[in-house]
Amino acid sequence: MILATSFLQGQSFRDVLYIVAFALFIQGLRGLSGPTTAVRGNRIAAVGMTIAVIATLINPLEGNWGLIALGVALGTAVGVPAARQVKMTAMPQMVALFNGVGGGAVFLISWSEFRLTHGYTNTPTYIAIFSLFAAIVGSVSFWGSNIAFGKLQEIIPGRPISFGSAQQIVNLVLLILAVAAGVDIAAGDHSQGIFIGLLVCAALLGNAVVLPIGGADMPVVISLLNAFTGLSAAATGIALDNTALIVAGMIVGASGSILTNLMATAMNRSIPAIVAGGFGGGGVVEGASGAGEHAGTVRSTSAADAAIQLAYANRVMIVPGYGMAVAQAQHAVRELTKELEKRGVEIGYAIHPVAGRMPGHMNVLLAEADVPYDQLEEMDEANQEFSRTDVSLVIGANDVTNPAAKNTPSSPIYGMPILEVSDSHSVIVIKRSMNPGFAGIENELYYEPETQMLFGDAKAAVSEITAELAHI
Amino acid sequence: MILASTLTTNLAILVLAGFIGFVVISKVPNTLHTPLMSGTNAIHGIVLLGGLLVIGLAGNGTFNKVILVIAIAFGTINVVGGFLVTDRMLEMFKSKPKAQAKGAEGKAAEGDSPDAKDKAP
Repeated sequence: MILATSFLQGQSFRDVLYIVAFALFIQGLRGLSGPTTAVRGNRIAAVGMTIAVIATLINPLEGNWGLIALGVALGTAVGVPAARQVKMTAMPQMVALFNGVGGGAVFLISWSEFRLTHGYTNTPTYIAIFSLFAAIVGSVSFWGSNIAFGKLQEIIPGRPISFGSAQQIVNLVLLILAVAAGVDIAAGDHSQGIFIGLLVCAALLGNAVVLPIGGADMPVVISLLNAFTGLSAAATGIALDNTALIVAGMIVGASGSILTNLMATAMNRSIPAIVAGGFGGGGVVEGASGAGEHAGTVRSTSAADAAIQLAYANRVMIVPGYGMAVAQAQHAVRELTKELEKRGVEIGYAIHPVAGRMPGHMNVLLAEADVPYDQLEEMDEANQEFSRTDVSLVIGANDVTNPAAKNTPSSPIYGMPILEVSDSHSVIVIKRSMNPGFAGIENELYYEPETQMLFGDAKAAVSEITAELAHI
Repeated sequence: MILASTLTTNLAILVLAGFIGFVVISKVPNTLHTPLMSGTNAIHGIVLLGGLLVIGLAGNGTFNKVILVIAIAFGTINVVGGFLVTDRMLEMFKSKPKAQAKGAEGKAAEGDSPDAKDKAP
């Protein structure tokens, strides 16, 4: 009996449970390769997490049960209602926030380790190094994610905020200071002041890196911060000699890196350029001056006219953007396309990789509105379809349709792959006004001859078109 | 000597996990990138374990206890919130193939797992 108990509390039993846990994480993520297996995959990963937590708690050295219960209760009280109530449009903020608290946990753990070991005394240097790395990256991720949350929630202005050209020097100095503090501590300085200085520098760096990044680059930033938190968790795992943390953290690091790369490619921007910041700054000025004296004229149309064009089309491509989500118009759009399908119109949805504020965001919003999968077309696929599309209905999408990305080398978005909407026979753009989009760049599409503007709130305008269809 | 081998073992695990991560994540379609991100988010909430381990060690003063409780609370938000929100999103994707009855892959039957209630701690 005693033998069994000691086995259950032993290091090797715990390690076996950790192996089971990370195997379940990997198996769970494999499930995410398809929509039908994804729900189960996520639950498998959750089971893995439960096992990992239990394995940790059966540690005989474990104590402070009251405090553990308090922490878990606090976290549950905040996390569960937030996860249950968040709107799908607010998902990027939610992910940024969850990511941030993860980074926060990482740097707090490093700090407590530092204090507990009196500045890593009698601790192998490599443990100090990984713990310090986790402290810096975790702190950057925590503050960066909070700023990203603030920008997405529009508590902080979405436009870049920066020190201008001094920005990169400031960032570099902060990074050097944080790393120097880390080197000093790893070399044997036990002063807590230095450690706090390291955390402060990393915190300022997190703020300084994300504040200058414009709203349009948010999908990249969120992915990057996700990778950061993953890597910092893996470093914590090495510092604490915990395999579950190493594997889970590293997989998240890999996932975040892949997504960051995909998003940056979809915007034709290099990751260093995005992190260096200032995107949209030049564009705002250029767009603003260009707006008044634009050569073309804008044609506006009515809901009734739009309804006629749509009803007699063979193929209609819906081009949704974040504006559609903000107006909560996805259900209205689904109603409209159902009506059109009844009339034999072929429907497609052209989804740009960076439509929305995080990777894949638009697909979630359309899935919520019950749009069938086979109508969701990725950019390359959609671009081949536009030439045989009669009407493209652009709803709240702006920068991802801007031909300036192809035609105007001076444009800040030049070179970004776009949805080539103007290849279709006619284009109807539903938009509230002529104001430029999130990135603050004027859209040339609106001045092209085949384009008609339907001004109004996306949801109201789409519902109006659906109503008009009934009269045809 | 023992410590050095712990380090190299852990580094080996780190590198292998990185490669596995790249292989597994590359297979996730664009459509599911948001749930992927919130799901991996929940997984890095595993730092919760770090909080649980350190708070169990002897010698924590009051200040340490406070920051560790905060760390555990943060980790719990990350884990519980992350898994729940991912589950919510994926449920929306799941119902579709059945309703649509297109069933091109004939995989729709696999989508049922009625019993598995969320297991997040």
